[in-house]
Amino acid sequence: MTRKVDLRRFTGFQAITWACLFMLYAPLIVVMVYSFNDSNSITIWGGLSLRWYGDVFWGPEAEKFKVAALNSIVIAVSAAVVSTAIATSAATALLRAGRFRGKSLSFVLVNMPLMVPEIVTAVASLIFFSAIGFTAGYLTILVAHIVFCIPFAYLPIAARMQSIEDVYEHAAQDLYASKWQAFRLILLPLMAPGIISGFLLAFIISLDDFIITNFVKGAGIETLPTAIFGSVKQGIKPNIMAISTLLLLVSVLFVTLSWLVGRKGQKQ
Amino acid sequence: MAGGGISSGGQGSDMYEGLGARLILPAWAIIGFFLVLPVGLMLIYSFLTKEFRGGVIWEFSLAAYDQFFFDRGLFGDEPPKIEWTYINIFWRSIWQAALATVFCLFIGFPTAWFIATRSGSNRQIWLFLITIPYWVNLLIRTISMKFLIRDNGPLNEFLLWTGLVDSPLHIINTNFAVQLGLFYSYLPFMVLPIYASVERYNFAFSEAAADLYASKWVTLRLIILPIVKPGIIAGCILVFVPSLGAFLAPDLLGGAKNFMIGSLIEEQFKGNAGNWPFGAAISMILLSMVMVVLTLYARAQSKEEASR
Repeated sequence: MTRKVDLRRFTGFQAITWACLFMLYAPLIVVMVYSFNDSNSITIWGGLSLRWYGDVFWGPEAEKFKVAALNSIVIAVSAAVVSTAIATSAATALLRAGRFRGKSLSFVLVNMPLMVPEIVTAVASLIFFSAIGFTAGYLTILVAHIVFCIPFAYLPIAARMQSIEDVYEHAAQDLYASKWQAFRLILLPLMAPGIISGFLLAFIISLDDFIITNFVKGAGIETLPTAIFGSVKQGIKPNIMAISTLLLLVSVLFVTLSWLVGRKGQKQ
Repeated sequence: MAGGGISSGGQGSDMYEGLGARLILPAWAIIGFFLVLPVGLMLIYSFLTKEFRGGVIWEFSLAAYDQFFFDRGLFGDEPPKIEWTYINIFWRSIWQAALATVFCLFIGFPTAWFIATRSGSNRQIWLFLITIPYWVNLLIRTISMKFLIRDNGPLNEFLLWTGLVDSPLHIINTNFAVQLGLFYSYLPFMVLPIYASVERYNFAFSEAAADLYASKWVTLRLIILPIVKPGIIAGCILVFVPSLGAFLAPDLLGGAKNFMIGSLIEEQFKGNAGNWPFGAAISMILLSMVMVVLTLYARAQSKEEASR
């Protein structure tokens, strides 16, 4: 029997989906287009040019942005490395180590940074660092970033680990591999796509963070988001649009990479 | 089977039996020391006396909570009245977050449905397109929105050009701008869990309903919505909770008149008000509200699972 009506289709849903996509991308595309505007004003269109990109790299604020970008990258790489290692270890414990005391509480703990509102984490970290006399600066930002990157690194790593059966490791063990060898030579290579995905997501999350960084950073230390926020407080200038476009492209690049790696892992 | 039981890679695997506690230790140490302990300390700080230059004096005091709920006049000697300023800010934040959640639901549900009913590879691409904006820096997205909707921005220029309006629409620095910003920030959070629910939906139910002469919209209301409800609720929580404590959207799009909890907290630490115990108290109140929402959700979910 063939049906005349497609039960999966609802009138208007496709239009709403396109509208949704349009709303998500329109502001970003507008800013990208205006970043190529050859005009001192952000309102008047003065023709195509790359002058504001030149301004980002060589203009009066270039030094500030360069230092901030370097800080952001160093912190994001370090936070991503540490949180990925912790998340991999945690995933192995929660998915591969049978039962142990405090296991169910551990699930809650690993995901806790996602449950506490970001502004509350920011306040708590600021209070804690000041109470123990940890001078605000590079290290405070790094430590705070490691904490909230853990659940983001954990998600793709755990998803990948769940999809790998442990028969390979058991086979290795039957052939007299130690647990460590089974982990390092069998599980870890199989886990690679998940771990890379987790690393890339943690990197992006750290690179993007504004609220927590703004609270725990010391005077004089800026990351890219706090530097941009500082500039925007005096109004949106054309160079902000150029730098936003650059940062946007970096994010899209990393997420695409993470997606491709994850997909490749699924196909194997 | 003891020791070498082979299982699928699910949660039952005991490959590294006995090492669990050691492997989870780094996560416990970092999150425990740098998140759980700080939140505990924040609770203590909310009961201390404020130091005028920021920071605290270690003396027990209820002043922070008192300031939140009661107005005792300029010199603190009048009989206490209810202080509405902060309660109103909380109320406005709840209202703004709720409206943003409703907008997200009305756009997010049809989108999730449409994506979940595509064929395999198309579906992956649609999902990817919806998630990309989430990974773009929230600050940059909020700035983009501000740029787009300001009085002489591209949106107004376009509307003037088409002749739909005679004078620019004033959107920026209104409540609506904040709702729009929150909607824009968290829309993907609504789409993804609903998508996951719809993907598992068994269309045999729809066919059964159609065989019994139910129209499509009746089927949607009476069959589909109750079945995918867990996804809808998860999406609403994922949008509502971060919206409630949002800082960037209200700060950049709302201006000074449309203060929300996030800005109020920030002002206690970064601004001129500089009242740490009060900031800690507001944060505790916000955290308790979020925890109540999450606990209710967890309860409802475990009930749902038990009834299956």
